[in-house]
Order: sequence, then C-alpha cells, then structure tokens
Amino acid sequence: MAENLAMPKSWNVETKPHKFCPGCGHGLVLKVLGEVIDELGIQDRMVFGVDIGCSLLAWDFFNVDTVQTHHGRTNPVMVGIKRANPDLLPIAYMGDGGGYAIGSQHLVNSAFRNEKIMAIVVNNVNYGMTGGQMSPTTLPGQKTETSPYGRDPEETGNPTLGPEMVAAIASPGAYVARATVSNMKQLKRYMKKAVENLIAGNGFSFLEVISSCPTNWRTNAKQTWAFMEEDMAKYFKTGELRTPDESKEG
Amino acid sequence: MAEKPIQEEKKVFMTGNEVIAWAALAAGADIMYGYPITPQNEIMHYWTRLAPKYGKKFLQTEDELSAGFTTLGGVLAGRKSFSATAGPGTTLFQEPLSMAEMMRIPAVVIIQQRGGPSTATVIYSQQEVNMVTYGGNGEGWRVVYSTATHQELYDYTIKSFNTAWKYRFPTFVLGDGYQAKMREPLVMYNPEDRGIEMVDPVASVGLPGIPGKDRSAVHLRNTYSVEEELYDATMPIQEDYDRMAKEVVEWDERNIDDADVVIISHGVVSRAAIAAMNRLRDKGIKVGYFRPITLRPFPDEQLRKVAEKCSNFVLVESALGQLARLVKAALFNMPIEKFDAVYKPGVGITAEELVERIENALK
Repeated sequence: MAENLAMPKSWNVETKPHKFCPGCGHGLVLKVLGEVIDELGIQDRMVFGVDIGCSLLAWDFFNVDTVQTHHGRTNPVMVGIKRANPDLLPIAYMGDGGGYAIGSQHLVNSAFRNEKIMAIVVNNVNYGMTGGQMSPTTLPGQKTETSPYGRDPEETGNPTLGPEMVAAIASPGAYVARATVSNMKQLKRYMKKAVENLIAGNGFSFLEVISSCPTNWRTNAKQTWAFMEEDMAKYFKTGELRTPDESKEG
Repeated sequence: MAEKPIQEEKKVFMTGNEVIAWAALAAGADIMYGYPITPQNEIMHYWTRLAPKYGKKFLQTEDELSAGFTTLGGVLAGRKSFSATAGPGTTLFQEPLSMAEMMRIPAVVIIQQRGGPSTATVIYSQQEVNMVTYGGNGEGWRVVYSTATHQELYDYTIKSFNTAWKYRFPTFVLGDGYQAKMREPLVMYNPEDRGIEMVDPVASVGLPGIPGKDRSAVHLRNTYSVEEELYDATMPIQEDYDRMAKEVVEWDERNIDDADVVIISHGVVSRAAIAAMNRLRDKGIKVGYFRPITLRPFPDEQLRKVAEKCSNFVLVESALGQLARLVKAALFNMPIEKFDAVYKPGVGITAEELVERIENALK
C-alpha cells in the first residue's frame, strides 16, 4: 500500500502539513477526495466550496479552484456556479452544523431540486471551530459546551440523520451515502461513486462522513476510535441510501 | 443564437418591473436568481418569459439567502448574474452582499423598497436606504443608484452591470413599489447603439488549464486569522472604493445659484420636489433642488458646494431620516442656515404639500 502514503497529486503541497488538529478526520476525508480527484482527472473542472467551521481550513488545501463561503451557504454558492456554468463540477464541503443546522434549508432544497452538484458533510457530532458546542448530530447524553449535562432528546431532539433525510426527498439520479473515516476502503468507494455521479450529471450527490474530533471530545486515540466505531456507529449506519441505478451497497 | 432583445430604439409604456427585465436583457445579463417578494415579483415574471428566448437562465431559490449566494456563484462562474428583492428580503441579502464586498464579487441586485420595518406594507417606502447603503457587517463597499423615473430604471439597470464588473463592487438599483408597479413611457435601446461599451464578465473559477500545473489554483476566502492580516486585506479595498467613488458618483442639481431654499430628496420623491420647485418659481419664490443619484458613494463634495451658496434646506423623504443621516454626514461642520425636514415613512409625498410647507416656512 505504498501509494497510499504519498500525497494525492491534487493536494497543494505548499499548504502541507495541513491546519487541522492532530487526530481530526478532515485530513482523511480530504486525502480520499484528493485521490478521487486524481483518479477521475477532474482537477481542471472541479470547484471546491468550503463552509465556515473547521472545513474552512481547507480553503487552500487543493490545487483546485476553491471558494470559501459563509456558514451554511456553500451549497447555494455551488448551485449558483453550476447553474451558470454546467461544465464545472462544484463540490460543497461542510460540517454537520453548516449542513444540518444553519444550512439545512439549502441542503433540503438542493436535494429537492436535484441540483447537479455534490455535497460532503463531515459529521463529527459537534461544532469544532467554535469550541465544541452541541450540533444537530450530537448523540443523546453526549456532553458538549452547550449540553454540559449531556444532550437531552426531550429538550433538544434526536441526532439529525442527514443521508436518510436527503434520501427520502431525493429524485432519481441522486447518489446518497454515509461513510466513516474508520473504514477508508468503503469511504473511497462511496466518494468515487459520488464524484462519478457528479461527473455524469445524473443528480444530487450527497455523502456524509463520520469523522473524529478528539480536541473537543477530549478523548485519547483509543477513546476517539471507540467513540466513532461504537457510539456513533449505533446511530449513524454506513451504506448507500440512494444510487442512480438503485443498486445499493449496504 | 437568438437575436438581440432590442433591435432599435423604441418608445414603450410599461411598468417599472418590466422595464428592469428588459434592461437586464439589454445589458447582457446571463442569469437571474430570485425569490418571490412583493413589489419586485414581476421582474421575475417578465424575465422568465423573456429569458429563454435569448438563451438566458433563471433559478427560483428557496429564500433570499440562497438567491444572494447563488447570484454570487453565478458571478464567480463568470456570468452576468443578478437578483431582485425588497423589504425583509433586502435584510437577508445583506449576508451574501457582505461576502460580495469582501471578495469583490460584482453582483447586481435590484431593490424595490416596500414599507418597513418588518413585513409592513408591500406598497412603497424609502426605508431601505440605511440597509442598502451600509447594511451587512462591513463598511458599505457597494454602489447604490437611486432611480426616479422609468427611463432611469432602464438606464441605471444597464449601468449597474457595467459599474459592478468594472470596479468589482456589488451594485444596487434602488427603486420602490411605486416605480415597480406604475406604468410610464420610456425609450428602450441597445446600449452598444448609443456608444455604451458593455464590460465583459470574467470568471473567477473554472479557468482554463490544470491548477498547480498549467496555472496557479484560485483560492478565494473571506476569513483571516489575525487582525493585521485582515487590515492588510481590507485597506486596499477601501482605497479602491475611494478611487472609484470619484468616477461613479452622480447627482442632479437645479436652480442652485440664486436659490433662497434648496429641496433635498432622492428617488421618486425627487419628482415631487421638482414639481414643487417649478410651481414655487412660478410664484417668484427662488427654490433650488439637489438630488443624490448615487447614495453610495454619496456626492458629499457636490452637496457641500451647494451649501456654500445656499444652506436653507428642506429635506424630504418617505422615511424617518435615512437620507437625512447621509446628508448630515456630508455637511458635517459646515454652517447651516436652516435644516427643515419632511419625514413620511412609507408614505408618498406630493408636490402640493411641499409647496405649502415651503410657502408657510417663508412667511
């Protein structure tokens, strides 16, 4: 697996090492995305849109034209680009707060309209950049800065199931899946299929990636992995929820 | 490809919203992103009927935030993109427009003012001046043309695309519900036929070549890590704005030299002001008139020159001092003989009431 140790060609080496915290899952997601960009040869057609939150740290991550937008507003900027120039391949990159809270109306309506863009939500069950507040995907009982006694579903509802929501409203041609940084092979397969769907222009491509935030979870390496693979995995099932040919891997 | 939307100059009689749709076509706009709100809806109605005939596009978004941000996306992709909104929609537009200011994205937005605050009326006001000139968490780096007639709606809609793309600041055409909904005659024309050179749009992303190999990748951001980095990024924008201001500032002034009193107004209210001036002049009362056409940048120097000749002012607006705030800032530290103000928030103003007011004041 020597090739996996090399940086993807589409990475901007001048901005490496990257700016994410040690143990953060963003680097893994962006490594897989970089490999897919290389393999599918889309560096010159892709436009990368990054949200506010930790995702903004990827504003100069790739040798790909990139626009850092506002919190929750990356989907509409990418939609605007695609509608104006359908030859481009816009990929919106955001966290669970940007995707499911402040930008939820944009996500829902991009899915309803079957916009020919791709959206990636990196789900680490909290607002990382602002210091670890409760997010839409925070688990029941999980302690955060704004749920210091644990998230109470009676008060604040249950974790948002993003791909399930998108799959429920998506049109034919959409690709919807959930992957995790704890299963890189599956993540790579889904990422590639999502980008292929974007290239084909079949419909909205949506990928949620379960990811880690040891800084705000206050976990060591072992605890971090256990939280992702055990606690988070109970709520967030990986698999494909919609594919353009309706052949799901689950 | 479809023929030019306007083949030759022609006199027409139509509503302001229809005028704007035609003007956007004449200006070569490629795509409109919009969300319904009264009184601007018919801009979308006419655009969606006309646009496909000329290979133009439209997207109806989920809200004004999305309309604003998709418009920015269209501009980044190198297409002349515009939107239109009003009232609470203008409030939501401040977020995308602040991004446009920071990132120099030349979006064009038509504002048809309605009553405020809140939902208020769908009819008319001049209460969106504060928001359109200085809204957003920034410094007011936008150009605002306040129109008074349908001819101006046509002329300044075309001009707004050129100003936006030449100087790369977001540009507003500030109308109102009266202008949007009433019909009046105007002359439509192809800007090129009148020697107006249209500025070509330029793409910011998706340029030819492989980034990192054939060319550098484009990395656009509006976030900065430290104070000094932000300062270094923003001060050149202010310098560009100041340079631009001298070139784009516009105003109208009449009968200043012998005036005993000068009426200040903007937008459609200027028409009442001009009518009042003419009627009072007929009665031998020496009335002058000053109107900022650009509310941002504001014609400060031009107004100060007026004040050197006559500073007995009557300011009139369909708001509670929003124009007055800009005027007072422009006149700061000048000796002012008198500053009378007629504020009618959300209500139209007639020539008759101005005539009566000025006659009474001079008694």
